[in-house]
Amino acid sequence: MLLLAAGPVIPTFGGGGSSFSCERANRLFCPSWVSHNWGSVLWPALRQHVELTLIAVAIGFVISTTLALIAYRRRWLERPVLVVTSILYTIPSLALFELLEPVPGLGLSRTTAEIALVSYTLLIMFRNTLTGLREVPPDVRDAAAGMGMGPLQLLLRIELPLALPAIIAGLRIATVTVISLATVASLIDNEGLGAPILSAIANEVFKTELIAAGGMAVVLALMADGVLVLLQRRLTPWTRTAI
Amino acid sequence: MPTPNSAQTEGPSAYRQAASLELRHVSKRYEGQREPAITDLSFSVPAGEVCVLVGPSGSGKTTAMRLINRMIPLSGGDILLGERSVLEREPNELRREIGYVIQQIGLFPHQTVAENIATVPRLLGWERSRTRARVDELLELIGMDPQEIGPRYPAQLSGGQRQRVGVARALAADPPLMLMDEPFGAIDPINRARLQEEFLRLQARVRKTVVFVTHDIDEAIKMGDKIAILRQGGALAQYDTPAEILTNPADEFVAEFVGADRALKRLGLATLHDVELMARDGAVVAGQVALSATIKDALSKLLAEGGKPLEVVDDGGTPAGIVTLELLGGLLS
Repeated sequence: MLLLAAGPVIPTFGGGGSSFSCERANRLFCPSWVSHNWGSVLWPALRQHVELTLIAVAIGFVISTTLALIAYRRRWLERPVLVVTSILYTIPSLALFELLEPVPGLGLSRTTAEIALVSYTLLIMFRNTLTGLREVPPDVRDAAAGMGMGPLQLLLRIELPLALPAIIAGLRIATVTVISLATVASLIDNEGLGAPILSAIANEVFKTELIAAGGMAVVLALMADGVLVLLQRRLTPWTRTAI
Repeated sequence: MPTPNSAQTEGPSAYRQAASLELRHVSKRYEGQREPAITDLSFSVPAGEVCVLVGPSGSGKTTAMRLINRMIPLSGGDILLGERSVLEREPNELRREIGYVIQQIGLFPHQTVAENIATVPRLLGWERSRTRARVDELLELIGMDPQEIGPRYPAQLSGGQRQRVGVARALAADPPLMLMDEPFGAIDPINRARLQEEFLRLQARVRKTVVFVTHDIDEAIKMGDKIAILRQGGALAQYDTPAEILTNPADEFVAEFVGADRALKRLGLATLHDVELMARDGAVVAGQVALSATIKDALSKLLAEGGKPLEVVDDGGTPAGIVTLELLGGLLS
């Protein structure tokens, strides 16, 4: 149903005909197609994909961190937030896109795609941040309060920094998840690395686009994860020390 | 031993006067509990003295300590720090003026040793250069090299080092009062004895008013100028000097708590300096004992040598006389 609805907006990326020998020979992967279409197809798709991911992760981070901070002080909030975010997390992505599409004002837009992507980040980042805050040792909290830190100072100077490893771990999983799911979101807004993949699926023979774009999504996920690992090492130098 | 109002005004950074502390009919009752945690507790600690709160578990000694810096709210009575009620003070402001050391130490694992020590100065908004100078000074005071230890993280320190840093952190803003909750409780016996000695030497220099909580009567006897023994329900059983408590326990509970060996413990309070030694006169001795040894240790060594006399020598190794079982036995009566 959705595929049919999305069908007409899928453009043809094949370059209009059999311009390369490997394309004509119907080999699985055609490097000359990749180099020829890099500037017109793959590079824009990659940039869109990064944009989609950054927006979704940033919004998801703000929402889940805010919820975690509130649930840290008001315990009763934890359960309802977990229930809602778990449901969002377990809805199959295709179904969620389908559900959002008919909502007035959303339709086949980037907003729809972002709403869906954000909803998949919430559970992971909420749970990780809350766990990180709760795992601050009680003696550390007691010493800080006993030396005259108010609740805000305690949060900013002690609790959040100590929760950073858990927060960044959540950010890593969320980012990789979004990079992967954003390919499916192309069904909605027809952008990102999912677009060439979908066009390759529509094309029954030629698979180079799928392999190239799919490979780029994998590399993008690995690189994003690597950047976050470096960020964590930078921000939490104490975690690498031992006697 | 520190005397009342003897807080020194000079020292590594011209220490502020220590403040006197007075508990007046303090009580604490937790909601939903029938028995009070603290019952009508009154005692006063002169400035610059170490007061040890000791008692069995459930006697409310930690609760009593935490009432002082308002980590636990009072139910009744009043606490005066330097003649001013703690109830008049804004709690966080009050706490920045009171050094705080807990058993698990609670160093901040994500901050270096120097940053940990700088906690209260930073909260008080000291200038950077003043804070840095103070941190270096404190590290030197506890016998650590600021260049070497300052940039380390707590995970890179031994248990004893962490404990010292905890004390330095509590001393950072020169508080007139220190609260210490079983500060050596998690340290092995050998290092504990060393840290106790070190703390007494440090205290002789900084002369803070100290409230020290322990469940260990031997530690209380060693560390306290005064000891407050608490019983179940947080009532004061006796408040006095260690010697007086060992000599004249107020009641059965105190006598039992200080132990059947209280006569021996009392011998641990004095050294051979306090004994009139006998001349050697060519007597055969089984070994040597230092003049600075406690009478208890000397007695123990005499017993180990089968009761044969021991030669007493001073720090320079010069003989000062001999000590015998009969001589020390005479002190017990």
